[in-house]
Amino acid sequence: MFNRKSHVLLAFFLVNLLLVGLLFVHARVVQQKNRVSFLEKRKIVKELQLTDLCIFTDARYTRHPSMADSNTPFQDHPLSLEHFPSGSLMVLPPHLRPHGNE
Amino acid sequence: MTMSAFEKHRHVIDFTLSSLLRRKGKNFSLLAVYTFVIFLVASVMFLTHSIKEDAYMVLTDAPEITVQKLMAGRHDLIPLSYMEPIREIRGVQSVEPRLWGYYFDGTNKANYTLVVKKEMNNTPGAISVGNGVARNLLVKENGIIPFKAYDGSYLFLKIKDVFSSESELVSSDLILISEQDFRKIFAFPPDVATDLVLRVRNPRELTTIATKINQMFPDTRPILREEILRTYEAVFDWRGGLVIIILWGAALAFVILAWDRATGLSAEEKREIGILKAIGWETSDVLLMKFWEGAVISFSAFSFGLLLAYAHVYFASFILFESTIKGWSIIYPQFRLTPFVSIYQIATLFFLTVVPYTVTTIAPSWRAATIDPDMVMRA
Amino acid sequence: MIRLNEIRKVFNTGKPNEFVALQGINLTIEAHRAVALTGPSGSGKTTLLSILGCMARPTAGRILLGDREITSLPERFLTEIRRSTFGFIFQQYNLIKGISVLENVMIPAYPTGEKHASLKERATKLLNLFNVGSKADSKPEWLSGGEAQRVAIARALINNPSVIVADEPTAHLDTRLSLELMAILKDLKEEGKTLLIASHDPIVHSSEVVDRVVAMRDGQMQ
Repeated sequence: MFNRKSHVLLAFFLVNLLLVGLLFVHARVVQQKNRVSFLEKRKIVKELQLTDLCIFTDARYTRHPSMADSNTPFQDHPLSLEHFPSGSLMVLPPHLRPHGNE
Repeated sequence: MTMSAFEKHRHVIDFTLSSLLRRKGKNFSLLAVYTFVIFLVASVMFLTHSIKEDAYMVLTDAPEITVQKLMAGRHDLIPLSYMEPIREIRGVQSVEPRLWGYYFDGTNKANYTLVVKKEMNNTPGAISVGNGVARNLLVKENGIIPFKAYDGSYLFLKIKDVFSSESELVSSDLILISEQDFRKIFAFPPDVATDLVLRVRNPRELTTIATKINQMFPDTRPILREEILRTYEAVFDWRGGLVIIILWGAALAFVILAWDRATGLSAEEKREIGILKAIGWETSDVLLMKFWEGAVISFSAFSFGLLLAYAHVYFASFILFESTIKGWSIIYPQFRLTPFVSIYQIATLFFLTVVPYTVTTIAPSWRAATIDPDMVMRA
Repeated sequence: MIRLNEIRKVFNTGKPNEFVALQGINLTIEAHRAVALTGPSGSGKTTLLSILGCMARPTAGRILLGDREITSLPERFLTEIRRSTFGFIFQQYNLIKGISVLENVMIPAYPTGEKHASLKERATKLLNLFNVGSKADSKPEWLSGGEAQRVAIARALINNPSVIVADEPTAHLDTRLSLELMAILKDLKEEGKTLLIASHDPIVHSSEVVDRVVAMRDGQMQ
């Protein structure tokens, strides 16, 4: 069966496809398994009337992005990494720059 | 496909593999770089997709409408007197004040979210903390956490219980506290709340109600639950986008490498194509071989990258992205994401990686494949 | 039978380096015969050989293969004819480096979609026939000149062609190996193959195998 390179390759592709297919199965199984923990989190959200996931705790507007002020992106440090594309293009306002520096 | 066409493909694959194996070092390093690029892109994809799915599943029971008061463009405390008129709006089932805020722990430089839970009002002095807080402060149940109040005095609150680690995705930095203690720490005036949350009978009336609130109190900003979910959509697309921007560097380097490899057909390769044509291969056979050459490398890289990314995000807690996600946070929630795999995303990734690579392999060979076979004789 | 009618071949037409490689070639090659093309380098031997072997098209003139006019056939058909009718032995052998001798011999038959097992068997038989069976798994770059030549012949025969086209086959061989090659060619002719050999090596055109010698100079037959 594997005396030809093409057979090895086709078998290898097949195994890969199978593994990729297994990802779907695995995802499904874990989703089922995590139902309890989902329900727990949902219960917490409902009880405490929470509005956001706790992923980024570094600033108010990242901890509760949905509750942030509508003009949030400018309320903190303009070089903040949170605003990567725009933040990195902005210069510090003059009063924040160290003396003697540009 | 007839039997002989299938056999022909197998023959061409045999030849392609023999041909690729001649430059093991070069082709395996190409495969490695390619796999890494796909691994990174797929990791971002899995991560953002799972967070979005989690947000949808977990936040479905979030308050339907949250009403904030704004002052000078900033979130301000909302007077409890706003509650009655809002409750009277048709379709509003209930209005409740929420008391919550951020507490900055100067010693640990960490931000906590303090939330008042009504049930705790009977037991002032007790708190429940998220697992992230407990981990960060190295405290357990019955431990004591000192809080510095607005006037500089200290409040010592006792941990009644700790949220489970499974719930970190929503509770990691939470501290549940009684109303009395909350007002004491922040000197929170008695006639205001952080914001108001509404329950609504008919979800189709949400926008109408929001508009009415806005007319009634122009200084407020009603936030619908759907907007929250959309925020997550946007934020994670954007965060994903951020990582992808960084990835462009890697991707570009890869494109250059692939382009160089694919376009720069060496004299040797051109000669080989000439030989193949001279001994009876058609232009289409040569292109078929080039197709398999591209397909072998890109499909292998695609599936390796995808599988590794899956393992990285769901088994290794996206360890490589930790610093990106952590940012400046002190409390870094530890959560295992639930895997969500969508056919659509995998297909997109496939068409953005395997297809272009295979095309870049075939396209430059086109010219070489159409040369006259007698070139070999003349050389 | 192959018939060439007023064949003319011009390279780089219309450019300053335009160059007439062949002119006024009229030649009929009978089946089962061996024809040698001789002449100094640059006389058009190789060009004529590639036109005869359907590798290149003439600028003008007609080629008949049997009763079939093949000058105007599209590339695909021409390739098909080249594959089934002609077997080529090149001056530089043109074996593909880094790939086993056995595979090298099998390559011309790949586009036909022949079953792997039977193809492999035929290739092995051919290698054995030319005493290079033991080299089946070697790489061509490890072969001696004579071995490489014999592998090249095996490759030329894999599609069982009726015509063998050889361009300067003795160019890299010493006398002993050249004579050995002529013996192989003789056997092939006896099996009924037509031989077309371009060579300015006396061993070739003085050989008893060759029925007819066509001398060429400046793109014309003499």
